[in-house]
Amino acid sequence: MGGPFQESTMRRTPFHEFHRDAGAKLIDFGGWEMPVQYQGILQEHAACRNAVGCFDVSHMGEVRFRGPKALQAVNHLVTNDISKLAFSQAMYTAMCNEHGGIVDDLIVYRIAEEDILICVNAANREKDYNWMKGHNPFGADITNESEQWAQLAIQGRHAIAIGEALLGRSLADVKNYWFTQGTFAGIENCILARTGYTGEDGFEVFLPAAAADIAWNAVHTEGAKYGLADIGLGARDTLRLEMKYCLYGNDITDDTTPLEANLGWVTKLEKGDFIGRDPLVKQRDAGVPRRLIGLEVQKQIARQHCPVLHNGQVVGEVTSGTRSPSTGKNIAIAYVPAALAKVGTQLVVDVRGKEAPAEVVKTPFYTRPY
Amino acid sequence: MAYPSDRKYTSEHEWIKVDGNVGTVGISHHAQDALGEIVHVDLPNVGKVFKKGGAAAEVESVKAVSSVYCPVGGKVMAVNDGLDGNEAAVNKDPHEGGWLFKIEISDPAELDGLMDAAAYGTHAGNDF
Repeated sequence: MGGPFQESTMRRTPFHEFHRDAGAKLIDFGGWEMPVQYQGILQEHAACRNAVGCFDVSHMGEVRFRGPKALQAVNHLVTNDISKLAFSQAMYTAMCNEHGGIVDDLIVYRIAEEDILICVNAANREKDYNWMKGHNPFGADITNESEQWAQLAIQGRHAIAIGEALLGRSLADVKNYWFTQGTFAGIENCILARTGYTGEDGFEVFLPAAAADIAWNAVHTEGAKYGLADIGLGARDTLRLEMKYCLYGNDITDDTTPLEANLGWVTKLEKGDFIGRDPLVKQRDAGVPRRLIGLEVQKQIARQHCPVLHNGQVVGEVTSGTRSPSTGKNIAIAYVPAALAKVGTQLVVDVRGKEAPAEVVKTPFYTRPY
Repeated sequence: MAYPSDRKYTSEHEWIKVDGNVGTVGISHHAQDALGEIVHVDLPNVGKVFKKGGAAAEVESVKAVSSVYCPVGGKVMAVNDGLDGNEAAVNKDPHEGGWLFKIEISDPAELDGLMDAAAYGTHAGNDF
């Protein structure tokens, strides 16, 4: 057998001991020692889809923008128009380089007039912070708060009930992509956002890192009433892939543009100048050459880097692929030429020398039934 | 539990159980545990000939794909069709019902270099 069997000692989140005690299988994820699974990926995936799951996402980074120029500074860095945000509202966006390639994908939280929090990907914590500091012509006050925050994602149909119990108030007014600040499980200064990476209802809560133990225990005590399961990165990946949510480093990189990645909906070219706008406008006007599409693959499970063929020619590449635990189908995300991006287009994926028929399908691959 | 002593093991975590000149091949408990839940198995065509160490099959978990190498050279006599739709058998019963394929062994001397159960147990990190 040849396979990825290695374990290693890397950076750890404040919840590390809970993972170890739960018997999680730990792996190196972008320099972090993280649980890839507890009971098993399929079981955890089902638990999140059918009940509720708890994810340690403390490896994600947090960067704070403060001061009178905070809003202007962030809007100059990102593709979406955050000037539209109300206080306590969040927004998904890309952050581009001068070539229109994606430095990272982010969630921007507008806390107050002069106070913005940005959540960045784990592997990009230092890269993003340095990029932001290096592209701050307006002189906003930028702080890397990543070490200060722990973060849990509670996802699934029972997530909101758990959040309401621990917050001691209804979340009916906290709609999708809105957030609230307050005392969570007795811990002051938490931020609870109705966001996630699974396609389920639920929330992500930012907690002062020092209070991580209290939060974990409270979430699990309350969650036990609803069959809460701990979920590792394995199921996190299958859950997000069923929604065709991009994974930075796989589906989007410094060399892919948001227009190619079908993130045009978070790319507001008319909002005024921002880094990467000019090449993106050019790409839009010239026609976006390739598109990130969803594929349903027959017989084989397509994986990252599998070539995509049309009429015997390599025309693209799979960026993520798996067997969908929810549907049983083999699903993949791939870049293909724009002319072959239409739903219904028949393609072939070369899976380690085996040719697997594939069809461009509508995404997401999964829609929640409630 | 100790690894079954009625067979030989490779350092790459395959096992081969020999009956006359036919060897039944599968992956070890350790291998299936490391891979996680297996969702797809790609088996060789019957009649195909492999050298010792040839990549004869693939087992895929949700996350990863791994090649299964022939512990010894030979011709594929049979494959475990029962795994189609029941890939989880490789996880649940890796040493019996989860076998992958049978080969006609071309050179029994190639078995000599393989590990016995005790040596493999040490190699794979003790018993299970």
